[in-house]
Amino acid sequence: MSDTTAADVIASPGVRPAEEAIAHEAARDASSIEMTGLHKRFGRDTVALDGVDLIIEPGEFFTLLGPSGCGKTTLLRILAGLEEADHGRLAIGGKDITEVPPHKRSVNTVFQSYALFPHLSVRENLAFGLKMRGLPPEEREARVAKIAEFIKLGDLVDRRVDQLSGGQRQRIALARALVNEPDVLLLDEPLSALDAGLRSQLQVELLRVQKRLGMTFVFVTHDQQEAMVMSDRIAVLNGGVIQQVGPPREVYEHPMNAFVARFMGHDNLYPVIARHGTRLSTPLGDLVTEDAGEGGLLLIRPETLDLLPGEVAGENHLPAVVGERLYRGSHAEYRLEVGESTLQATLNNRGRHLPDVGDRVTVSVAPGDLITLSE
Amino acid sequence: MAYTGITPSARSRGMVREARHLLLTVAPGVTWIVIFLVLPSAYLMGVAFMTNGPYGLPEMPLSLESFRRLAGFGFLGWSPGNLYTLLRSLWQTLVSTGLVVIVAYPIAYYISTCRARWRPIMLLLVVVPSWTNQVIRTFGWMNLLAPGTPLSNLAEGLGFVAPNMGLYPSNFAVTLGLVYNFLPFMVLPLYAAFEKLDTAQVEAAQDLFASPVRAFWHAVFPQTLPGLLAGVVLVAIPAFGMYVIPELLGGGKGMMLGNLVANQFAGGANWPLGAAGAILMLIATFIGLFAMRRIGRRLGGGEEVVI
Repeated sequence: MSDTTAADVIASPGVRPAEEAIAHEAARDASSIEMTGLHKRFGRDTVALDGVDLIIEPGEFFTLLGPSGCGKTTLLRILAGLEEADHGRLAIGGKDITEVPPHKRSVNTVFQSYALFPHLSVRENLAFGLKMRGLPPEEREARVAKIAEFIKLGDLVDRRVDQLSGGQRQRIALARALVNEPDVLLLDEPLSALDAGLRSQLQVELLRVQKRLGMTFVFVTHDQQEAMVMSDRIAVLNGGVIQQVGPPREVYEHPMNAFVARFMGHDNLYPVIARHGTRLSTPLGDLVTEDAGEGGLLLIRPETLDLLPGEVAGENHLPAVVGERLYRGSHAEYRLEVGESTLQATLNNRGRHLPDVGDRVTVSVAPGDLITLSE
Repeated sequence: MAYTGITPSARSRGMVREARHLLLTVAPGVTWIVIFLVLPSAYLMGVAFMTNGPYGLPEMPLSLESFRRLAGFGFLGWSPGNLYTLLRSLWQTLVSTGLVVIVAYPIAYYISTCRARWRPIMLLLVVVPSWTNQVIRTFGWMNLLAPGTPLSNLAEGLGFVAPNMGLYPSNFAVTLGLVYNFLPFMVLPLYAAFEKLDTAQVEAAQDLFASPVRAFWHAVFPQTLPGLLAGVVLVAIPAFGMYVIPELLGGGKGMMLGNLVANQFAGGANWPLGAAGAILMLIATFIGLFAMRRIGRRLGGGEEVVI
């Protein structure tokens, strides 16, 4: 690849690193996204988006997360211009682009199916956007060579599209979008068709690319693990409405409602039967919390629990029986029977004694780890 | 030399088995082609170079007389009749194929965008007319286009046709008949090409700064080109040699090469001249096919267009 770098330097002698950096700062300012009151309806009664207000900061890795049919892909397609909102405004870099057609937006998309052009070579695929914008052939070639170096495509550029594997197609699709240096890059579940190993490898690669370019990425996925790994901020959508926006840790540890909690993988949700100050009465028993909220649901995250052998009296101690144990190497997952209720617990494996199925244990949880939320 | 270690007899036994296998699988097809294509063609070729006998049958000696006649040289010196027939055939083929493409392209596209369960029905509707005998369908057009019919009256009223002439018989009627007859042969391969197309690619092209027109031209059209060229071959070659439609719809002014050839055999007029005409058609077809391959290779981005 070293000769490609040399060719790159020769091909673009005018661009000095400093200039590039300045150009990039300018581009970053142009890459904030502002959505106001977006509504979208398909047919008469399918509501895809029901009033979405969202601001995405420049240079953010922003994820739209939700189950299928929640409106996340529709929102992405409205950003790309492939779908038109019924109401509402959309601005990128402060400029209203609600009515701008897709080919006039400085936005590029990595499609779920990749949508590479099979009648063109990989090189022609990469240069397609540059050609449509009327760049001269020499400049197209230089920029394709540069992106091929950046994404480490190697000799893939000389292959035919039908000779590529899934992972290779994914990287070509990414390069084909990035080569245009858009203000915003949209990614529609780009990793969903790949197997688990390749997927986590490409997650890391994608994250690295985004950090190095400082470009605004809007990423759509239904996988909350993927969303947490990749994102600066996550918006959880359901039924065309944004349920919560925040950094991954906030969304995971402080879900705003039962839907977000369940979607982030929490099962330990219990109704609050009565509340006396900080003391909550629940089906598990009485528990003390530091949470002052009025929510009618108690959330206990499995990893905040501790298991003590035998019966130990104390505040926020609950007697339990081990119903099931899943040993996972680095940790173990437990299903505990507490009275009539069940409780999931995840314990780090640090050489401690692991209770067996049928053992009597005491579940202990710190008051600060208990939060309440609304239904 | 590398095989000297293996006994020669073992090697030759393997080769014999392979040869026998090849013979058994290929022989039936080859036999068929030899009996029904190669031998008749050779016979035709021979007839073309023989002399016309008193009853129109070929006789010795060999001569180039038929080709002279075909080129227009008769007893009374040169006449342009046959040349006109050739040019008319080429022109009718070109125009009708072009019109078929223009009509079939949107139809094929439209069918490919319909719901999956409607598509077979729509395709059936395109194909069903060709289940009726071609002669009967052509007679139908004669009734539709004859003088005094609504279509003819309309054309006369608008000044396209001289009064009381009707739309049939005419070259226009032949073109119309050809377009009507060959439409399914273009719709089917085009539909197959459209169906393979991923609609996300159109969106990808637009996402990559292509206006709708350029998205069509750069992303859609090249991918339908193999289907289009296959359709052109399926339409143009039979149209060039068409006999029934110009015979029925063209009248005396609409004759095409196929009619010229047929007349030489049917009327007992001149077998060697008919054979020479058939050879001319064959050569023209080969030139056309060769040109299509070249065009296909150039426009198809190096992709081989199988014809």
